[in-house]
Amino acid sequence: MLKGRAHKFGDGISTDHIIPGRYAHLRSNLPELAKHVLEDADPAFVSKVRPGDFIVGGSNFGLGSSREHAPLVIKMAGVSAILAKSVARIFFRNAINLGLPVLICDTTKIDDGDELEVDLAAGTVRDKTNGSLLTFGKIPEVMLRILNEGGLIAYIQKHGDIRV
Amino acid sequence: MIVGKTLAEKILSEKSGTDARAGDIVIAKVDLSFVQDTTGPLTVRQFQSSGIGRLARPERTVIFIDHAAPSPASSLSNDHILLRDFSRRSGCILSEAGDGVCHQIVPEAYARPGDVIVGADSHTVTAGGLGAFATGMGSSDVAVAFGLGKTWFRVPETFKIEVNGEFQKGVYAKDLILHLIGKIGADGATYKSLEFHGGAIKKMNMSGRLTIANMAVEAGAKVGLFPSDGTTRQFLVEVGRGNDYRPLDADPDATYEKTIRINASKLEPTVSRPHTVDNTALARELKGTKVQQVVIGTCTNGRLEDLAIAATILSGKRPAPGVRLIVAPASRTVLLEALEMGFIKTFIESGGIILPPGCGPCLGLHQGALGDGEACISTANRNFEGRMGNPKSFIYLGSPATAAASALTGEITDPREVM
Ligand code: SF4
Repeated sequence: MLKGRAHKFGDGISTDHIIPGRYAHLRSNLPELAKHVLEDADPAFVSKVRPGDFIVGGSNFGLGSSREHAPLVIKMAGVSAILAKSVARIFFRNAINLGLPVLICDTTKIDDGDELEVDLAAGTVRDKTNGSLLTFGKIPEVMLRILNEGGLIAYIQKHGDIRV
Repeated sequence: MIVGKTLAEKILSEKSGTDARAGDIVIAKVDLSFVQDTTGPLTVRQFQSSGIGRLARPERTVIFIDHAAPSPASSLSNDHILLRDFSRRSGCILSEAGDGVCHQIVPEAYARPGDVIVGADSHTVTAGGLGAFATGMGSSDVAVAFGLGKTWFRVPETFKIEVNGEFQKGVYAKDLILHLIGKIGADGATYKSLEFHGGAIKKMNMSGRLTIANMAVEAGAKVGLFPSDGTTRQFLVEVGRGNDYRPLDADPDATYEKTIRINASKLEPTVSRPHTVDNTALARELKGTKVQQVVIGTCTNGRLEDLAIAATILSGKRPAPGVRLIVAPASRTVLLEALEMGFIKTFIESGGIILPPGCGPCLGLHQGALGDGEACISTANRNFEGRMGNPKSFIYLGSPATAAASALTGEITDPREVM
């Protein structure tokens, strides 16, 4: 069971919002890079986020570049899962490859600051603040296996190969 | 009854050795994998910690130094050192600073019709212009493709984009793809393959096809695919790789999730407004919108044909006062050809600034960053907030003709007004 507060964002949060190209010179200095996570969407995010919290987005979350640094700095901020109405393809795969769950559900009713409980096995999100219960879409089997090993590199370290 | 296959299904069937159909998960052989200098260092680190040890095929693995080339900061120079080192030790190919943007060099030097290509850059889709199943992935996925020479895919459903009619004067492939993205939205084709067909596509040159494929990802697509035909053959012959040609097309009875029809004759010069690519308008509707910078180049429109169009419009003229004109050819080959054709001279005489082949100002970590409140019209593919180095600036996207025309007037201009 994952527990934390919701940090709500709108539709179309791009990888440039999450970690702008102007910080590319910090990509080999991850602790410094992580200080700018989501800076162009909410400059205060980095000071508000607590370990275990959730990012709650709208549609097409993570669109844009293939930079894996985007989900990486979100994970480094302690975020335990991303919830969104829909997620861009490359971002989805990158987040799972880093062991960061991405859950597709109708996030309309979740408000900023709501207390959430996510049950990954049951596929449910309980919003303790407004009392609602949401279900999220199934993560494809192949991605679930990668997620359960803690990410793609950990998976390869263990199995030495990919299987579907 | 056996139903025919889309281009994506055909390529993934061949490369996975299965009867791949939309929705299947397959493991496919990767014919080319590459990274660039902002995603490469993480790829190298992930590769090293994966324990795989060596590259599956060093001769089909490429590192491009193009995003920060030449490097504007010591930390990026150190990343370049790491990449050069890795290439030396692993035996993979290194494309140096000044050689050009990965998505220009991949079609010039590596991509073949029917290939599966993965790159740690979202615009890897560009090579779909010559019939390669090319798609962007993150550093971990590409690290594993480096080592295993294969990766997993979900076979995408396909949207058939059927384009007929004739492009009118002043209207180009860029206008078509901006129009399409405006119509279906930035997530209108998420996870899908966009497959381009129709009379206007058959007649389109490779430069236009690459521009369209390049932007497929801006509608969320996994790939943007063109059949491989006589134009593909001619392109491969011109770049000295005639033997890499093979014809490739979808089956006539392939299953498409939907078909979108576009009449090229009705298209007009189109522009994306800040801060999303799908926020489109006609160039003529934006008359009066002032710009302080014009960028011609990038992996979308930095080819010889693009520079030719811009040079024709700019020839013998100067940009409006207060407008900076920046030109960045997509590759060393393009720069050399543009030099021979006299386009570079034209740009310099027109007050332009020539940047070395590479990404230039496109992603905001290099020269050409915008000031607070400034607006730019660029031939690039993305106009997200902060993209060109400043979240307080405004980016418009258009064709090389629209960009060049706007440079002359200092405001967004329909190129037909100056042609
Ligand atoms: S030119 Fe722009 S879009 Fe193309 S690879 Fe470079 S940064 Fe990316």
